[in-house]
Amino acid sequence: MIDRWTFWAVVVVLGLGTYLIRLSFLGLLGNRPLPIWLVRALRYTAVAVLPALVAPAVLWPPATGGAPDPARLATVAVTLLAGIMTRNMIAAIGAGGAAFYLLPLLIG
Amino acid sequence: MSNPRRAFFRGAGQSLPFFVVIVPFAMLFGVLSAEAGLGPWETQIFSVSVFAGASQLAALQLMQDQAPLLVILATGLAVNLRMMMYSVALTPHLGGAPLGVRAVIAYFLVDQSFALSMAEFEKRAALSGAEKVAFFFGTVAPLTVMWNIATAIGVQMGRAVPESWGLDFAMPITFIGMTAAMLRSRPHGVAMVVSVGVTLLLWAMPYGTGLLVGAAAGMAAGAIAEARIEARAMRRVRVGGKSHD
Repeated sequence: MIDRWTFWAVVVVLGLGTYLIRLSFLGLLGNRPLPIWLVRALRYTAVAVLPALVAPAVLWPPATGGAPDPARLATVAVTLLAGIMTRNMIAAIGAGGAAFYLLPLLIG
Repeated sequence: MSNPRRAFFRGAGQSLPFFVVIVPFAMLFGVLSAEAGLGPWETQIFSVSVFAGASQLAALQLMQDQAPLLVILATGLAVNLRMMMYSVALTPHLGGAPLGVRAVIAYFLVDQSFALSMAEFEKRAALSGAEKVAFFFGTVAPLTVMWNIATAIGVQMGRAVPESWGLDFAMPITFIGMTAAMLRSRPHGVAMVVSVGVTLLLWAMPYGTGLLVGAAAGMAAGAIAEARIEARAMRRVRVGGKSHD
């Protein structure tokens, strides 16, 4: 159950913070150049944060009580491969979803 | 026929293919937040307030895991940090608009409006400032409407989805699929592997803090890998030049 106080704090602060990130240069900082190391690091935010966020749930899924599950690991491998090969997010997610429901039928 | 108006509709037309991406994504968010126990209005307000699907899903997951508020906020904001890059890149094109207009543009700065606008502005360098602003709003107007409608539909569906469907794994698949499609270069791969590795190693750390350390390590590793590749390329350019290391 999600704590309501936490939820509304997230709605307000995450909303405002995200807005300020978007506004940053466009609204306030203008054409000032960013330091090169910062530009570099920003490029990798999404590929660093998103997979790390779900990695523990992939290895130790709550749905199986934390025991590694071959079907889930194989699903992740299929998703990764499909995404790398097609460069297409929807194709990757579609392949992963299909694998998740079909692999248990094959593995038994 | 006014040119900004034409630019607006050109932007709107180009945004239509993105429906394929955002409609299922918004529906998934609606389904999962309904499963997490959020009411329809809470979900909709969340979506309007943040307007960035990946960070909404991330925050939703961490809230369900009872992570501390600061960890939820730091993670959600970290997911959205890439938008600072968008803000930087669009400033030369849209920075001439009045502050009030730029303040509205900022709210609508999402992956799709950024990508479409940059492509258009590079292709048509002769566009006026007003046309560029109009094009930008054109790309995001249909998407915003669809995003909120699809969220609402997802909420209604979420109430009907039984637990046996294994939707707990929808979020991992979504995030991994997004990441895989973004692995454009070797540094991207390095960033992913380091971030995941460090996060898993630190999983015993108090909830969620391992993720923040892991993500920071991944970003740093990506940046370092990129700098190295660049340095190597520079060295190769100096034909026959002596290396200094």
